[in-house]
Amino acid sequence: MNDLNIYLTVGAILFSLGLYGVITRRNGVAVLMGVELILNSANVNFVAFARFGGMNLSGHIFAMFVIILAAAEAAVALAIIINLYNKFGTVNVDDARSLKQ
Amino acid sequence: MMTFAPYFLILPLAAFAIQIFFGKRLPRKGDWVSITAVGTTLCLAIAMFVMMLFLYEPGAKAEQSFEWFNLGELSVKIGVLIDNVTVIMLLVVALVSGLVHLYSVGYMKDDPRYSRYFGYLSLFTFSMNGIILSNNLLSIYMFWELVGLSSYLLIGFWFEKDSAANASKKAFLVNRVGDIGMFIGIMLFFTATGSFLFSDIFAGVAAGALPLPLLTVAGLCLFAGAIGKSAQVPLHVWLPDAMEGPTPVSALIHAATMVAAGVYLTFRMFPLFTPEALTVIAYVGGVTAIFAAIIAVTQNDIKRVLAYSTVSQLGYMVMAIGTGAYVAGFFHLTTHAAFKAALFLCSGSVIHAMHHAYHKLGDHDSDPQDMRNMGGMKSKMKITFLTMFMATLALSGVPFMSGFLSKDAILAGTLSFATHHPEHFLLPLFGFGAALLTAFYMFRLIFMTFYGKPAKQEVLDNIHESPATMTTPLIVLATLSIFIVYTLPYINPFSDHGWFTDLIVATNSVVPQHVNPSAHEIAEGIHHAHLPAMIISLIVAFTGIALAVVIYLKKKFSAEKLAKNLALPYKLSFNKFFVDEIYDRFLINPTIKLAKAVGFFDWEIYDKYFINGFGRITERLSRFIGITMDYDVLDQQIVDGVGKSTRFFGGALKFIQTGKIQNYLVWVLGGIIIIFIIQAM
Repeated sequence: MNDLNIYLTVGAILFSLGLYGVITRRNGVAVLMGVELILNSANVNFVAFARFGGMNLSGHIFAMFVIILAAAEAAVALAIIINLYNKFGTVNVDDARSLKQ
Repeated sequence: MMTFAPYFLILPLAAFAIQIFFGKRLPRKGDWVSITAVGTTLCLAIAMFVMMLFLYEPGAKAEQSFEWFNLGELSVKIGVLIDNVTVIMLLVVALVSGLVHLYSVGYMKDDPRYSRYFGYLSLFTFSMNGIILSNNLLSIYMFWELVGLSSYLLIGFWFEKDSAANASKKAFLVNRVGDIGMFIGIMLFFTATGSFLFSDIFAGVAAGALPLPLLTVAGLCLFAGAIGKSAQVPLHVWLPDAMEGPTPVSALIHAATMVAAGVYLTFRMFPLFTPEALTVIAYVGGVTAIFAAIIAVTQNDIKRVLAYSTVSQLGYMVMAIGTGAYVAGFFHLTTHAAFKAALFLCSGSVIHAMHHAYHKLGDHDSDPQDMRNMGGMKSKMKITFLTMFMATLALSGVPFMSGFLSKDAILAGTLSFATHHPEHFLLPLFGFGAALLTAFYMFRLIFMTFYGKPAKQEVLDNIHESPATMTTPLIVLATLSIFIVYTLPYINPFSDHGWFTDLIVATNSVVPQHVNPSAHEIAEGIHHAHLPAMIISLIVAFTGIALAVVIYLKKKFSAEKLAKNLALPYKLSFNKFFVDEIYDRFLINPTIKLAKAVGFFDWEIYDKYFINGFGRITERLSRFIGITMDYDVLDQQIVDGVGKSTRFFGGALKFIQTGKIQNYLVWVLGGIIIIFIIQAM
């Protein structure tokens, strides 16, 4: 098992944890945290590929972009959650089911 | 002159349209609209007439044609032709029409459909002017049908009366018979020469476009239209019945103008007729003249006497054209228009007075038109009597009157024809015989109406002269029956030489290799026959008058006894030679029977078995297709099946739609995993 695989394994675990959080958490903020984990797992992959996969500086720059994007995403997502709260009086995503006909 | 032509059509047509749509709402019910329109055309006609007299040129002619439409190579042209004949005809129509309009103001005063009456009169004037102005057979035919239509509308004007409604239908149908012939004739000339214009047809025929036998047939077909319109034997039956219309209409349409249209057409088409065709035309005219005159002798209805007299005089004109006395025929048409219109309007005045007298006495059963109910009216209706007497003199052919000159010219024509062709000796006999009878029945009419004792004194006491709107036209028309009107600038009561004969000259035939004498030779012949014809016609006219005086004024012989002694001829004449009955038995009833038989076959056999059977089969088939196939199979199984299955799957699948985003995400995850597994395999 070489070094790259270790990083990828860490990224995969991080991704799975994030996905699990997104799917199972009832609290909207916790769902967002899961999303952050997914994003960061991608960052780990980018940096790993930058170091071992020949992606060089591009990987680093992509990771930086993702961090900035995550910040922006968090701002927008938190605004959505505040609206959710205003609308339903809760941040529990299970109660927001008006997509059901 | 050409610039005037459109007004003769536009003004009466506009008056017709205004009367039909707005007549009832106009002041005085709009009679002034029609009178103004016709009055203006009269002024124009007089202006054209004066121009013609100043020009004094027999060959004066203005013609303008334009393309009406074209179909590929076929170009149909119509247009206007104005020559001396046109001008005289326009004046005759405008004058009689104008006077009749004026007369109708009094005659139709309280009629509920007063405005419509004037509208129809204007429609007639429009159509008649159209016939006169046309320079082609196509538009003549169209206007020909239009005068037929206005005649139909006016005969049946009092359509509440069954007799009037039937008479209008009869007139229309009988005319149709002739018109079909005319249409065939027009088409024969059109196919042969490729044009409807007179000039083209004449040129084409002169160049031999039609072989001679076909030319004879085509000419006679064209003449069939004239037989219908001018009420010649055997299609004369409609005209006496047409007297059901208002009397001014009888004067305008059924005496002076429309019935003369047939003569006018024959006159215009004269150059096309082969000698054989002309012989047929002459015999048709001659037979009509004597035949109708015989009937007129025994009729008791004042208008019927005049109607048969009109038929007889039209026969004269046709006979004149047939024998080549072309100018004489047209001359008689013109003079006859004036004095026959006068006679009809006078009879209208008499009927009007009788009607009012009966009305006052509360008598609704007696016939105001029956001459046996009249008598002694001379003292009560002086103007009517005098004008009617003058017109009667003219019709009877007494010197110093217009009718003497024109009738004499016709008789001279037939006499000259018979001297050249002794085998046709019957024609002058018909002519002179009719002249004798004409004088007799006209004076019989005068004596029965105005002389003697009335059937009832109280009726006579209530007779009054008609109003001035009615008597003025009488005076004008009676004045126009004096010879001098037609012979100026020459004043010779025994010669027709004058502006008329100077301006209307005979045309030569265009028939190739014709053996007929030329126009000049005919004129020469007539000139030679003039003196004997005049002497004989004077003798017969005065004999007729004398007979009438002896029988009806002096009462030397009783008319009833005479009728008994001559039972067979009397019955034949009184019953109009049973022509109507013969038509009923041999034409109309068989037609009705045939129609009924065909109708029976159509209804009972064809309709019941074939059509209904077809219907039943269709019904069964459609029931099978509709109920079994469409409803049971297609609708129930297939169409409903699609809906049902959709509903089933919808119901089954709706449970995965939880509305929870996280559930959806699980499905997405599952999907991705499946894709990965498939990829890995």
